[in-house]
Amino acid sequence: MTTVETAMIDAWSLVGPAKAAEDGRLAAVGPDAVPLALTVNGVSRALQVEPRTTLAEALRGSLGLTGTKIGCDRGACSACTVLIDGAAVCSCMILAVDVGARRVTTIEGLASGSELHPVQASFIAHDALQCGYCTPGMVMSCAALLERTPDPTAEDVQVAISGHVCRCGTYPHVVAATLAAAKARKV
Amino acid sequence: MAADDTARTEIFPSGIASVGLGEVERQVPVDEPPPLPPNAALAVIGKSVPRHNGRAKVTGATRFTVDVDRPGMLHGRILRARLPHARIRDIDVSAATRHQGVRAVLLVAQPDDPAAAFVRYVGAPVAAVAADTTAAAEEALRLIRVDYQPLPFVADMDRAREPAAPRVHDAASAPEGFASGFPAPRGLPLNGNVRGPATDRRGDAAQGFAQADLVVEGEYRTQVQTHCCLEPHAIVADWRADGLTVHMSTQFTAGVRHELAETFGLPLNRVRVIVDGMGGGFGSKSTLGNYGRIAVALSRQAQAPVRIMLDRQEEQMDSGNRPGTWQRLRIGARRDGSLTAISLASYGTAGVALGASVGNVAAALYTCPNFEAAQHDVFIHAGPGCAMRAPGNVPGAFGLEQTIDELAERLAIDPLALRDRIDPSPVRREERRIGADRIGWQRRHLPGADPGPVKRGLGVAQSLWGANVQINSACEVRVMRDGSVEVLSSVQDIGTGIGTALAQVVAEVLGLRPDEITVRIGDTEFPAGPPSYGSRTTASITPPARAAAWRVQQMLFREAALALNVAPGDLIARDGRILVRDEPGRGLDFGEAAARLRTDRISAVAARSDDYGGFRRRMGDAALAQQDLGGVQFAEVAVDTETGVVRVERVVAVQDCGRPINPLQTESQVQGGVLMGLSYALFEERILDQHTGRMVNPNLEQYKLAGPRETPAIDVVLLENYQGQSATDAYGIAEPSNIATAPAIANAVYNAIGVRVRTLPMTPAAILAALGRIPARRAPS
Repeated sequence: MTTVETAMIDAWSLVGPAKAAEDGRLAAVGPDAVPLALTVNGVSRALQVEPRTTLAEALRGSLGLTGTKIGCDRGACSACTVLIDGAAVCSCMILAVDVGARRVTTIEGLASGSELHPVQASFIAHDALQCGYCTPGMVMSCAALLERTPDPTAEDVQVAISGHVCRCGTYPHVVAATLAAAKARKV
Repeated sequence: MAADDTARTEIFPSGIASVGLGEVERQVPVDEPPPLPPNAALAVIGKSVPRHNGRAKVTGATRFTVDVDRPGMLHGRILRARLPHARIRDIDVSAATRHQGVRAVLLVAQPDDPAAAFVRYVGAPVAAVAADTTAAAEEALRLIRVDYQPLPFVADMDRAREPAAPRVHDAASAPEGFASGFPAPRGLPLNGNVRGPATDRRGDAAQGFAQADLVVEGEYRTQVQTHCCLEPHAIVADWRADGLTVHMSTQFTAGVRHELAETFGLPLNRVRVIVDGMGGGFGSKSTLGNYGRIAVALSRQAQAPVRIMLDRQEEQMDSGNRPGTWQRLRIGARRDGSLTAISLASYGTAGVALGASVGNVAAALYTCPNFEAAQHDVFIHAGPGCAMRAPGNVPGAFGLEQTIDELAERLAIDPLALRDRIDPSPVRREERRIGADRIGWQRRHLPGADPGPVKRGLGVAQSLWGANVQINSACEVRVMRDGSVEVLSSVQDIGTGIGTALAQVVAEVLGLRPDEITVRIGDTEFPAGPPSYGSRTTASITPPARAAAWRVQQMLFREAALALNVAPGDLIARDGRILVRDEPGRGLDFGEAAARLRTDRISAVAARSDDYGGFRRRMGDAALAQQDLGGVQFAEVAVDTETGVVRVERVVAVQDCGRPINPLQTESQVQGGVLMGLSYALFEERILDQHTGRMVNPNLEQYKLAGPRETPAIDVVLLENYQGQSATDAYGIAEPSNIATAPAIANAVYNAIGVRVRTLPMTPAAILAALGRIPARRAPS
């Protein structure tokens, strides 16, 4: 099994129906807004959302974290990618009420203060972005890749971003940037 | 223009840098800056400096239109037709109006107005709602009752051409005079669903064919492609008593302002349009659009800001598309390769709109004395097409460049050698030479020569695009007393990096670093900038940026000259200093000079001057430069003849854009053009269900796009091609980089398998059908 398959299965176990049923969460709420606490970028945030609200909508709306983008709202473009307990997940494909106590990291929480994450710095240096709309999600997937595969091959990067749509066509520079970021981290 | 008080004579570098530069003399208006040396002699221009907004983009800080939130903002949603053709007899919005959270309801279709009572495609706007939340607006849409009288429809171009086909338009509703973002001839005949022909003629084609030793002929068919901008079309409209403010994801901030003023009867000074982050357009965000008009009308009605953001299905159905085309090309040639005649017939469909011609490559790419074209638009009951990255020339080149490839084979001349004979462009000649060397053209074998089931091939194709310029383009440069500098224009950065290019140009003049220049763009409060379409942005706005910086520098030099006791003309700006040219030890820091200003801020606004050598043509605010934009691309493919899968392994793109301002950004854009062309060649297709008129793949998973794993190695080579035409001599690249890819791949596929594929996309099924292994499927249009 490749590392990518592992990551996908991990992600599914995070958001899958078995887990949700286990929590008994679905039966207890709705249809009106319910109070919720989400741990986002290391901070516990209280919010009120209708149970039908996706994590992507909750982040962009109630929490004002608009760095996470919605491109298709059905898991086909990966623009909305965030990390949940370190795994890259489409935030449009999980309800906010199903996140529970897991840690959510968004693009706003990736840098350490003013110091950019190596993937972010490398995206700038390699011009791995054009319009920038897919960029937050792309950065999150590449950052997650480096956590699970610190020394990736070009193919590892291509596979890691294979769910991302970039209409500007930045893929070659994204691969170069991510490989360079991996090198920079080792130094 | 004679050399007098208004002009002076200047000598400019001229030619292709890698071949060797000459000089050209131009008459230059006196308020234009001196000639800019070649990139090798410059500090900032021509260098791959990082994007000025890169940090904001990688941290999620960039504010796109979909991120704009205003106090009290409402959310608009549009009810769309579910039938491809119907008369709307009644719309009942009473329940929607009463729904909780609804603040405005708008009828788009008008049952009582014969001109507005019909819907002609699935997805056409019928009504709209603004509510406190998106969910409330969507609930309200479901409460609207529409009484449709279904009418016969046709969703296929070939069937729409039949005399008995259901009519899409009558004489009153049929559009004319505007096609694919370009003005088209008015008064073309309307015959059933067919508008045209639009004809073009040079010499005598019949006579030319009579002189030919050889005639090749082919029919080519291309699919409908959708733009798939990752940021959906979006607007936030805020109608107030004292004026209208609109945030919009648009390719033409200043143009949308004009449209709004005209549509809503407002003076220009009461309309402001803003775009900060802009998530791609590719032609589809060039105008206000029906959703834009709806959002403003809802805001006016609700007296509150209204946001409309299309969802992906709306994007696919009603935000424009690249029309599908059919073309038949005949080319006559003598045995030495010289062309004697070209004849082009085309039918294409932009749905309910115009704009499906196949462009001007057949007319203009190669030397041929005799040419004739008859092009037709066919209306069908489908969403309107619009300009998409090199409209016309992309499908046109797919046909032309395969026909030329075929001609070369029939003449037993190498395709590059044939082009050396018939292509007058010295730029493309050099591009062919460089590209052939890079791809290893000498490895090219006879068609289908590889023995195994996976067959490789090499192909080449060329690009032609006009060097467009927007005359109505202005830029302001300000220097503050503390030495800080701003560059301002309403021009928008849709991902091309024009803001960074402006910072580079201004920094070069003032002797500063690009990151010391604050870029303020995408707002009609600033001088009117050009659109970001037609590959004209850089050509239009970098020359006035340099002119404005140069003029403001003259003001600053006057102050510095007093302090240094020299003449202003003795000063130069370099490395953050203002120096005496002949005594580089003497000078002031830029900030010291600025501190001597009488006022807090000095400023100069410059407009785009005419190209120094004159334009080929002027059309209102736009003009066409003397030279063309070229580009030659080579593709290497591997075709699995058992599965039909085409894998593009490598593309070499050799492109020109005058003077490159930022090679890294330009390379990014060329890679994007190649990938969009590859995706068009192999994957993308809007599929309409012929029984319902609905798009069956209105999403991003069944509408298949090339992704990272389909991305080949892409070699980008940029020529520096100087012509002494403007203050920067820079032109565009977005569209030329998208034209040659699909035909280069198609020619490589032919070289691989020895069978020509004349239909797009070249799916596994199309390849297997071409190989005779499965029956052919006729492509829907």
